[in-house]
Amino acid sequence: MTELLDRSVDEDLELMLTIRAFERKLLELYGQGLLNGTTHTCLGQEYVPVALEALLLADDYVFSNHRGHGHYLARFGDLEGLLAEIMGRQGAVCGGVGGSQHIKRGRYLSTGVQGESLPVAAGVALHLKRTEPGRLACVYIGDGTLGEGAVYEALNIAALWRLPLLVIVENNGIAQTTPAGIHLAGSVAGRAAAFGIAYQRVDTVDVAAIRDRLAMPVAAVRTGSPLVVEFVTHRLGPHSKGDDTRPPEVLRAVEDWQAAVDPAQSERLERRARARVEQVVAEVIMRGPA
Amino acid sequence: MRVAENLNAALHSLLAARPDLYVLGEDILDPYGGAFKITKGLSSRFPDRVLTTPISENAITGVAAGLALAGDEAIVEMMFGDFIALAFDQLVNFASKSVTMYGSRLPLRMVVRCPVGGGRGYGPTHSQSPQKHFIGIPNLALYEVSPFRDNLEVFAEMLGRGEPCILFEGKVLYTRQMHAVPEPFTVRLDDGVATVFVEKNPDFVLIAPGGMAYQALEAMQTLLMEDDLLGTLIVPSRLYPFEVDVPDVPYLFVVEESTAGGTWGAEVALGLNQERWGRLAQPVTVIHSQDSIIPAAVHLEDQVLANEAAIRRVIKETLRG
Ligand SMILES: Cc1ncc(C[n+]2csc(CCOP(=O)(O)OP(=O)(O)O)c2C)c(N)n1
Ligand SMILES: [Mg+2]
Repeated sequence: MTELLDRSVDEDLELMLTIRAFERKLLELYGQGLLNGTTHTCLGQEYVPVALEALLLADDYVFSNHRGHGHYLARFGDLEGLLAEIMGRQGAVCGGVGGSQHIKRGRYLSTGVQGESLPVAAGVALHLKRTEPGRLACVYIGDGTLGEGAVYEALNIAALWRLPLLVIVENNGIAQTTPAGIHLAGSVAGRAAAFGIAYQRVDTVDVAAIRDRLAMPVAAVRTGSPLVVEFVTHRLGPHSKGDDTRPPEVLRAVEDWQAAVDPAQSERLERRARARVEQVVAEVIMRGPA
Repeated sequence: MRVAENLNAALHSLLAARPDLYVLGEDILDPYGGAFKITKGLSSRFPDRVLTTPISENAITGVAAGLALAGDEAIVEMMFGDFIALAFDQLVNFASKSVTMYGSRLPLRMVVRCPVGGGRGYGPTHSQSPQKHFIGIPNLALYEVSPFRDNLEVFAEMLGRGEPCILFEGKVLYTRQMHAVPEPFTVRLDDGVATVFVEKNPDFVLIAPGGMAYQALEAMQTLLMEDDLLGTLIVPSRLYPFEVDVPDVPYLFVVEESTAGGTWGAEVALGLNQERWGRLAQPVTVIHSQDSIIPAAVHLEDQVLANEAAIRRVIKETLRG
């Protein structure tokens, strides 16, 4: 049922680097006082949605969270609409009302209250099961969000009602400033097991390998077998802007998927990604208010 | 027909007429059919759309929002209205906000039903009137069951709004007959708002929703017979936004079962005072329950809740000094 998008390694890598360049640029624009409010960049985690999107169908629902730019860009590639939304300029995906963390486009929706989207996704999955079998609802959450009761209420219901619900836990080991060691008892696997829900752990950053590993389990979600996938990942940047409380030696040791990429290929694609982002910024910044 | 039967019949008709409507709630399967039997018979007739749920008020409200987001319709039953506190986030931060948060209007057709109010000795956590906690939330409309308005019509109106609604159901109404008014009063319905009156200029007007309507009516009867004071009663169906034609009289009272402080009645009184300043004999009087938790023992509960005696006393004092 799932047709793997035939993306070349270059295309995947370029998309990941484009997301990275976009996020870096946002931090720069904030630094220059050109952006309002706040933003949460997905630096270090760009590969997660890029790997997953190839396993999702256009009719699947995707629920994103505060750290959602990568999720959106991996799905739509729409740098202009997202930047315009964040800047409140013309062409904004949601007219500038939602901003960085409240975006809806078709069957993609993000919102800013942790854990809240799991029950909603379960409701969507209930709809899909009855009226559009074969489609699924995918929800991204972080490790810190496992502190919310709504997550467990929804997992319980998803298991009981055999809903096509795919929960992606981006476990970057930290929630804002609080390390997992002092916010998370037990394990993600143990949580899934408690509900009799299938579980996969992904600790590689190799996009092709991730797709291979998840293709079958995700196909099973479509037949009503909910799944929790834990990505062991790393937050390279601050929680939002300039609020990284991790000591420098810890920060230096944070693993970065880009380090494993062939430097020549990385440099070539990164140059293109940056140029594209610069061009988008130059253009969007000239637009009038949304 | 009793109010409970009218609600039950409305749900039967809705599920039969709307193939995309779901009803969700705790212990709603037959033969039990819900703690107050309002969902009786539904699960036998519509097993795939009437779903009994775990004790998860937060999640089932979110599930309803998800169904609505995907284009379905959903009605959630809170076993007791007090438990809607557990669904506050889904209603305030998700369902209501989503209607306009994404730049263009996103219609969400969902209703949360809440049995509310005291008078049955259920004690502090099963007797509240939580209406006041939901006032002034953009895209969240509040309704209260009126014994004078058919509930099928109420549900159709709520679902037609394309925004989440809460329906408060005074528990004491369930066993009351629909449309019953005592002599010498008659009732008229305009746009869902009931006016209970005598064909004569009233001395005062009372606005009282839900279960309080009957306490108000009893007070009106006694005041008429014993004190020759004639009142007109207005029973609204939609509490918020409040848009009701209230007769222009110098004495206005708003009656509610809510305990004092930040109440629906105060909100209504503010609007009327602003609109009618100068035409009123005195500011609109709000009659509500004491600023207290609601005790279980009958005699203690009686001291806290607004009732017929309190309404009568306040009106008489206000008009006769
Ligand atoms: C209910 C709720 N509480 C607190 C916050 C503030 N907040 C935003 S992100 C965040 C940390 C989330 O951590 P995690 O789930 O691990 O995601 P990550 O930021 O690491 O991607 C917090 C506390 C929130 N948005 N919602
Ligand atoms: Mg985290």
